[in-house]
Amino acid sequence: MSKRRILVLHLAFLVFTAIPPVVYADMCFECHSGWEDESGSPSASYESDVHFRAGLGCADCHGGNPELDDMDDVRRGRGYKGIPRPREIPGFCATCHNDPGYMIKHNPALPTDQLDKYKTSVHGKRLLEEGDEKAANCVSCHSVHNIERPQIPASTVYPLNLPEVCAGCHSDPEYMAGYGIPASQFDDYAESVHGHALLVEKDLGAPACNDCHGNHGATPPGVTSISAVCGLCHALISDEFAVSPHKAAFDEMGYPECEGCHSNHLVLEPELYWIGTSDSSLCVDCHSADDGTEGLAKAEKIHEIVLKLKKSYETAEAKVDESELKGMMVTDERFILKEITQAMIRTRTVIHSLDFEKVSEAAGEGLEKADQAYRAATTKVEEYYFRRKGLGIATLIITILVIALYLRIRSIDKSHPLR
Amino acid sequence: MSRKRTEENSIWGRTYGWIDRRLKIETMVGYMSHKVVPWHGQSIWYFFGGMTLFFFLVQVITGILLLLYYRPGAESAYESVRFIVSEVSFGWLIRSMHSWSANLMILFAFIHMFSVYFTHAYRRPRELTWISGIALLALAMAFGFSGYLLPWNELSFFATRVGTGMAGSIPVVGDFLLKLMRGGENVTGATIGRFFGMHVAVLPGIFTVFLALHLLFIQRQGMSEPPEWETGPGTVRRYMPFFPNFLLRELLVWLIMLNILAVLAVFFPDGIGPVHWPLGQKADPFAPPPLAIRPEWYFMFAFQTLKFLPAHVLFIEGELFGIAVLSLGGLVWLFIPFWLSRRPHSKIKGPAKILGWIVLAFVVSMTVLGYILE
Repeated sequence: MSKRRILVLHLAFLVFTAIPPVVYADMCFECHSGWEDESGSPSASYESDVHFRAGLGCADCHGGNPELDDMDDVRRGRGYKGIPRPREIPGFCATCHNDPGYMIKHNPALPTDQLDKYKTSVHGKRLLEEGDEKAANCVSCHSVHNIERPQIPASTVYPLNLPEVCAGCHSDPEYMAGYGIPASQFDDYAESVHGHALLVEKDLGAPACNDCHGNHGATPPGVTSISAVCGLCHALISDEFAVSPHKAAFDEMGYPECEGCHSNHLVLEPELYWIGTSDSSLCVDCHSADDGTEGLAKAEKIHEIVLKLKKSYETAEAKVDESELKGMMVTDERFILKEITQAMIRTRTVIHSLDFEKVSEAAGEGLEKADQAYRAATTKVEEYYFRRKGLGIATLIITILVIALYLRIRSIDKSHPLR
Repeated sequence: MSRKRTEENSIWGRTYGWIDRRLKIETMVGYMSHKVVPWHGQSIWYFFGGMTLFFFLVQVITGILLLLYYRPGAESAYESVRFIVSEVSFGWLIRSMHSWSANLMILFAFIHMFSVYFTHAYRRPRELTWISGIALLALAMAFGFSGYLLPWNELSFFATRVGTGMAGSIPVVGDFLLKLMRGGENVTGATIGRFFGMHVAVLPGIFTVFLALHLLFIQRQGMSEPPEWETGPGTVRRYMPFFPNFLLRELLVWLIMLNILAVLAVFFPDGIGPVHWPLGQKADPFAPPPLAIRPEWYFMFAFQTLKFLPAHVLFIEGELFGIAVLSLGGLVWLFIPFWLSRRPHSKIKGPAKILGWIVLAFVVSMTVLGYILE
């Protein structure tokens, strides 16, 4: 290679490496920025879109020649697609998102099976098979020209935003009319422990709609799959339920497992009265005293021992609070209270096995700890009164000494007066 | 009377005689019996030095008791303090008395200092007594600073990080000072080792020397008399025998202080308001700092002054400027007896009083603002 060629290659290398990343500016972008108002301009919102940042221009999705400034010429050039109809959108997006070879260049971590999953979803079937354009497509959830990665809080599908996005359609009775499903899911969810954790406490570990229903393959879990869906997070409870007499009975009668007692969207904090034989308990919904099972007898025993554990915890906690209010150090006692809470959670978990021995064992650990915490806190309260008494005695002794000293000083002042 | 004691045939008399024959303490007792204390309208201020000494003695006793269980180190300091306050019999009382006594010692040292200033007790020939007293106050504050970190809890950790960081901003020697205090770049277990060593060995040693000097000066020179006694013709001068009249009064005050200390320790074992030392959470260098990091109340005036300063004063960094001005102010305050003693008392009395009030108002207002504006 001649020296001149080497020099030219070097210069070319320097020039190319010195060019900053291309910020897309094509004629589509220029025109649509100019003759549409800000709110209606796709180009205005597109500047914050993840695709824009990846260097994709309008023509990369909509086709056409971006170098031309005449719309008629644009429409005639390079596979112009224009604005896709709703049923065309999944395929429109899948052009790239279903192509692993293309996606690996931009986001290798992103799966490329969204369209395949979408086709199996209720949304996908309605749109693609039945032609129902009211069914959700890609842009219904991800927005159109200001799409963000799901991990970014500004994204419409960020966990904290997703329930509202789903609610956009599913909470609209008019929109949902004819589909045979209620429009109360979001309200129920917002009231549930899951909704409270996610929407109020901003706990991203709490499930949003897609964690149970799937996202691209969104589908309502059937009777047989509910426990599998709940068991994804509540694994221990799921295991306990699987060995309980309820499992076979529910399967036989075709009852939904978890949902049977806990509901689906309106999953509330379990209350002690749910189990037992009172009229408000859930057990009496199915069981009766003469149903030939030991269901209610067992329910009553479990209710009693859990109630005992709950009361023991409250008594111990009150004593620890009293001790703390008196200024005593209760770090160790607070730790024991946490251990009781753990035992209560364990007890609540094994309740699903309906095995009284297991429940009794788990609750027994908690009762033992509650007794330990109560005794320790009681000692602290007694110590508090001991301190007060000790101070009183010390003050009395010092006061007597002070008076005696004062009298002595007066007497000495007389015998050793000021000079 | 003491001669009589040596001749007594009682156990006390024979014991006294036995000691006197060996140590000649009769001379010392004789000196004490002749020692007198000026008695006038301002004599109450004489007790504040003694009260400061009382709290120092409480510090020594409770400090030694705490030493029996305290274990320095990042993995043991917090745990051992928790053990002291929760498991050791009367451990809570010892720690509480140590903390209350530390604060009261510094409070009474401040009161003693200002009372000495306003009664002009620092004047010639007591300049060295004043200087040794200021040194004792500075050492007491160093005791407080070094002791604050020892429980190795969240608050002490971050406060020490801020405090040592300020020393690090001093030009030329700042970096050296910071590493010397911290035992490295950061506040770690090595810092506890150094602060512990300072708190229980280095500072007590130096403090004892200055305290001995301070007491020696007082014994040699006696209590300062009001300036009016020197100039006012026909002034009635009255003196109280130090032993036993004044000493018994001092003892009475100490007993009352002991009772107050016990009440505070029992009713407020973790302190109260701005003076508090709850053990709280163990120090975690990776945890975010608590919302309100503030120094002990006796450093608050300096801390608040530095906070008020802008980022830059002329071409000097604001914090550095503040440290320099406060240090210069401290030096002026230290050597003020030499300057004030050069002029006749009648001429310097007014300006000295105004200067004293300005200094007092500055310290008090900055301290109060520090708590109000936080």
